[in-house]
Amino acid sequence: MTPIDDLRGRETLKKGAAAAWPICLGYIPIGLAFGVLAQKIGLSPVQIGLMSLLVFAGSAQFIAVSMLASGASAASIIATTFMVNLRHLLMSSSLAVYLVGRHRAILSLFAYGITDESYGVNLDKFRSGNWGIGPALALNHTANIVWVLSTAAGGYGGQFIPPGAFGIDFALTAMFICLLVFQLRDRRSVIAAAISGIVAVLLSVLIPGNLYIVLASVAAATAGLLVRPAGTKEV
Amino acid sequence: MSGSEYLFIIAAMGLVTYIPRWAPVFWLTRRPMPQWLVQWLELIPAAILSALLVPVLVTSGQPRQIDFGRLDLLVALPTFLFALKTRSLGGTVVFGMALYWLVDKLM
Repeated sequence: MTPIDDLRGRETLKKGAAAAWPICLGYIPIGLAFGVLAQKIGLSPVQIGLMSLLVFAGSAQFIAVSMLASGASAASIIATTFMVNLRHLLMSSSLAVYLVGRHRAILSLFAYGITDESYGVNLDKFRSGNWGIGPALALNHTANIVWVLSTAAGGYGGQFIPPGAFGIDFALTAMFICLLVFQLRDRRSVIAAAISGIVAVLLSVLIPGNLYIVLASVAAATAGLLVRPAGTKEV
Repeated sequence: MSGSEYLFIIAAMGLVTYIPRWAPVFWLTRRPMPQWLVQWLELIPAAILSALLVPVLVTSGQPRQIDFGRLDLLVALPTFLFALKTRSLGGTVVFGMALYWLVDKLM
């Protein structure tokens, strides 16, 4: 396969966009809620949409808006954003396994769209095959467009979906539950997930912020490596 | 805050968010990775998804505290079983939402 041959065609675009629907379902209410909040501190829909376009990271944007509201300095907002989004380093690394040798301009575009949600779905798709950088890009950008538009729409003051309607607040949690189930393939991965969950809970109540995600994941994957894969003999 | 100050802040936020997203896919894809790194990275998804999910289910408040009484946790357990049984992403999302909505109504 040449590096970009799966980039072309309607089918590719459709496949990627179709796989994005659970993400979009979750982004719309969160995006609207973000827009409402941002509008309350005096940001215009254009300013809100621009932040979503440039940053594209839900939790960091919520934190930034509350910091702007409390008059925090630019430096502290930027530093906090960096810390909150550092976990993408790990996600990008684990996606890299499937992207060796790809064109660097396309990788650079793909990197822009790595979020917790797109990571989970793309990774599962790459693993199961019949997936490529083309549909992955389409998925990322579908999610991105929905995020930018729903945050900007919220900026018009509209909470168009009443909070709690149709259990939509649970959409992303349900998606992560299923994506986690997909990753529980063998003894090693089950053990890594169990360790990570426990360590993450403990760290999350001990340290503020979300660094616990990276710390727990690194600790758990490292511990998982020490577990003998099923069926191998100890040397 | 002026408009240009806001622009500066969000541009810088965008940059510091982009770099950790970009550096690994850009640099780690130049040549095949050593086997131990591939094996380690293959455990990262299960670990990271668990680290993203579990604290959301069993903690609440700010600062966070352990809380096993959350609706999210109650609904997560049958949703987990549903996902195990069906292995359907769309089905799980719809099932989870419907159950969450129903339990929320009843409680």
